[in-house]
Amino acid sequence: MENPITIALPKGRILKEALPLFAEVGIEPLESPSESRKLILETNVPNIKLLIIRPTDVPTYVQYGAADIGVSGKDSLMEHTGGGLYEPVDLGISKCRIMVAAQKGAVLPQGRRLKVATKYVNTAKEYFALKGKQVEIIKLYGSMELAPLVGLADLIVDLVDTGGTLKANNLEPRELIAQISARLIVNKASMKIKHEQLTEMIDKIASITEATRENTHEVQH
Amino acid sequence: MPPVNDAWFLPDGVDELLPEQSERLEQLRNKLLSVVRSHGYQLVSPPFIEFVDTLLTGAGQEFSLETFKLTDQLTGRMMGVRADMTPQVARIDAYRLNDSRPNRLCYLGTVLRALPEGFSGTRSPLQFGAEIYGHQGVHSDAEAIALMHTVLTTAGINNLYLDIGHVGIFRGLTQQAGLKQTAEEKLFGLMQRKALPEISAYLDSLGLSHNLKSMLLSLSRLNGDESTLLRAKRELEQACEKVQDALSYLQKIADELKYRCPECSIHFDLAELRGYKYHTGVVFAAFVPGRGHEIARGGRYDNIASPLGTARPATGFSTDLKSLVSLVEADIPPTKMVRRILAPQSKDTALWEYISSLRAAGDIVISELSGQVDGQEPMNGVGCQYKLVHKNKQWIVVEA
Repeated sequence: MENPITIALPKGRILKEALPLFAEVGIEPLESPSESRKLILETNVPNIKLLIIRPTDVPTYVQYGAADIGVSGKDSLMEHTGGGLYEPVDLGISKCRIMVAAQKGAVLPQGRRLKVATKYVNTAKEYFALKGKQVEIIKLYGSMELAPLVGLADLIVDLVDTGGTLKANNLEPRELIAQISARLIVNKASMKIKHEQLTEMIDKIASITEATRENTHEVQH
Repeated sequence: MPPVNDAWFLPDGVDELLPEQSERLEQLRNKLLSVVRSHGYQLVSPPFIEFVDTLLTGAGQEFSLETFKLTDQLTGRMMGVRADMTPQVARIDAYRLNDSRPNRLCYLGTVLRALPEGFSGTRSPLQFGAEIYGHQGVHSDAEAIALMHTVLTTAGINNLYLDIGHVGIFRGLTQQAGLKQTAEEKLFGLMQRKALPEISAYLDSLGLSHNLKSMLLSLSRLNGDESTLLRAKRELEQACEKVQDALSYLQKIADELKYRCPECSIHFDLAELRGYKYHTGVVFAAFVPGRGHEIARGGRYDNIASPLGTARPATGFSTDLKSLVSLVEADIPPTKMVRRILAPQSKDTALWEYISSLRAAGDIVISELSGQVDGQEPMNGVGCQYKLVHKNKQWIVVEA
């Protein structure tokens, strides 16, 4: 008998873009995740089920083996310190950037530590450390853009897609920390124990994303 | 909110075992020690605490961050609580036993880790391990792997998957590529995550030849059953001798294990580099379904104790008995069926003599304490199904 496989998917934008990928390798949820309130969804393949969870929780579920495989934004992975994962495929979906931003035209204060508001605490700390700067991190859970406006922070570190939110709040992007896209992640033990099934699935998904990437390249040229 | 009474809180990753679990742990300990003894391994007991200078010498350096440290009030020197017993046992072999013949040692004891590790996030594992010193070659590595397998199956763990790799492959390729230490460390980190897109981008940035790039890139895809080794021979054809040697060594291990544990599922992963810094050859680990982390691991670590004595080849494995106990919880009966007998207080020497004979025969006899009343809760509290009564001038055991 085939081993059961659990796939962890994050709610929101990545889910919408990841489902067609899994549909192409023949895995489709029996109910629409956007309508169903269930957290575990059955699929058309009897031994494969989907977990629909918060994006930042996906690496944790996969790390502990509660899910064998998952899709996670690179931003969540950079923030995840637990290890225990493989991240073999860049899915090339849900692309954006993680950036440092500040109030438009603002001159940064000298002679004291900069205050940086972010929900990406580890990423921000590491980025500024690499630049030789020690900063004071202020952990926020949302609406980072507000922090510089009310004097809570000098800078923010956040995801930037079109830059619309920054602009609307009189902020400007200053430095690029990393390009972000969604990754396929795999639990280390599952990769060994369910090797054949998972490798097959990973290879299929990798070849699909590779093909899409080449197509978009051609269009661009 | 009322103030929380947290006086009973234990530190993160530090736990205590209640009677039932302790009993299971003790049984497991006995069973596993007798298994490794039957293979000729002798038990050694290194100290729980020693001077940091000694503890963190040579390969012990790797455990510096993980070691709890404190100051010795007698000497003013820094002491450390062991975070891993392997370097200690290697030292015992190299310095205290000082014998050129092969030597098989096993050990069992609590270690402390400053940082939580593994699935349970424990910081106080009960480390159990077995090591062979003074032999270099397939036979000792195969013995260590097979013994780890025997130990885990004896503990009652089925569905084992063994994962085998060799640090010589990655090391050989990075040497061939002439990578500096920082580049090698960065690549090592990426390899551990099999982050193919990043590995590819990083190798591009290093400006390696096409050949070397494709070989390093293929490493993270070289995993699976024994056919992996054949694939590796093809894909790493251009690699240096060190890599070729490592590959044929793995093939020999695979062949050996077919005789020693034919029923075991074996998986090869050439990019898996557990304990990369102190291992020098084969590395291996055991996995079970449903656990995201390995439950036992080991490998070859030649010359680990050379700063303290003779340089000796070494190979072996270790595991955490506390986490093994939690894996086999359902399988081991907590205690053997032993009669528990309640004995009354008495000034009759005959009773005390009879109690001694019952205990010697294997029964548990519990003396009633003043205030305990027959049939009431205190007595049930000690869980006796039998009691001693005086009948026809003699003491007999009857059901309670």
